[in-house]
Amino acid sequence: MLHHHLSPAVLWFPLATVVVLAGSLLLYTALAAWTNRRYKQWPLRRYLFWFSGVAAAGISLASPLADAAHRSFSAHMAGHLLLGMLAPLILLYGKPLTLLMRSLPVKPARHLSRLLNSRYILIVSHPVMTALLNFGGLFILYRTDLFVWMHQSVWVYALVHIHVLLAGYVFTWSILYADLTVHRHSFRLRAVVLIMAFAAHKVLAKTLYAAPPTGVATRDGEMGALIMYYGGDGIDLALIVLFCYSWYKAAAPGRIARAV
Amino acid sequence: MASNEQAAAGESTHALNKRSLWSGILFGIGSMAFIDEVIFHQLLQWHHFYDLATPQIGILADGLLNSFAWFAAVGGLFLFADLKRRQAVRMKYWIASILIGSGAFQLFDGIIDHKVLKVHQVRYHVELWPYDLSWNLFGAALLIAGIALAESAKKERPV
Repeated sequence: MLHHHLSPAVLWFPLATVVVLAGSLLLYTALAAWTNRRYKQWPLRRYLFWFSGVAAAGISLASPLADAAHRSFSAHMAGHLLLGMLAPLILLYGKPLTLLMRSLPVKPARHLSRLLNSRYILIVSHPVMTALLNFGGLFILYRTDLFVWMHQSVWVYALVHIHVLLAGYVFTWSILYADLTVHRHSFRLRAVVLIMAFAAHKVLAKTLYAAPPTGVATRDGEMGALIMYYGGDGIDLALIVLFCYSWYKAAAPGRIARAV
Repeated sequence: MASNEQAAAGESTHALNKRSLWSGILFGIGSMAFIDEVIFHQLLQWHHFYDLATPQIGILADGLLNSFAWFAAVGGLFLFADLKRRQAVRMKYWIASILIGSGAFQLFDGIIDHKVLKVHQVRYHVELWPYDLSWNLFGAALLIAGIALAESAKKERPV
């Protein structure tokens, strides 16, 4: 049992979440429909990916699961798997950046392209950096008092959850290249980062099993750690298969290797 | 790195043989780790997810090894699929390299993980040495069988 409850008066966070997520669905559909008049039809599967990804994030942030997460570490962890691992993976296949690029008029599109090519994006989208932001963030969340503060202040709660979703997304993007990707790195480098990052996830899950965060009961902590470990394994496997498949396609005989 | 992928598209026999060897070794490592997980962790429950006595270095080593094994199993099969589409599969060699990979992993697990890093033991509350001995003998047998199979395949048709 966590001893730190968000007061029921703090309703604005789930409400704001629902508004933002619903807005993203509307915007996505509107942009796709609008650009369909000028370009090829935006494929149906990408709408499905985007909608399911948003649904996964929504379940994690504003649902009975999100309420239970204030009291139970296991529910918290299930929500984090959805928000930090599953939602990013599915959202990426909705190709939002490709859609944005296709929607923008030439001039703003050039600005966006310049931004994507900038040194800043080069650094923050480097697989090593995205892995640090993603998994380093998890270590800070569970191994410092941040986990307690998160349940005391709704602002900290909001920031942590936005970070989990964004860091998960940028990490997945920097490994899989399923959407528009500017700075590319070799398969070997990405494979090494992927292995190290998943190892860090497993190590954190095991130490959480042994020593749950402050305020979490032993039993609840163990269950949460198992969910983190084995649930993480499942999504890791999906990521590894997709990554290896992208290698398989890139290494096809007769295909001109692209300059990475 | 670009050069690596370009070389792969250029497919020399030597490169394909090397790829075949790695495919089998990686798949062998990955499937052995998977078998260990299913039989000893889940079915027999001789040793566990985490036994509360594992030192920090053991947790780290185990995490890396496990994470690598997942990747190796999947990557090994994709490498095999690549050999298949290039019609470069030589089955006997491939099976030999799986045996070598899984035997080496078993020995590594038995000696480094269990004895040097003490990640966990094969079984608890029993006389340990018969378990350790059979664990490592099994690994050595796989490794030797793999090498013998590779030798016999070489006699049939040299690489």
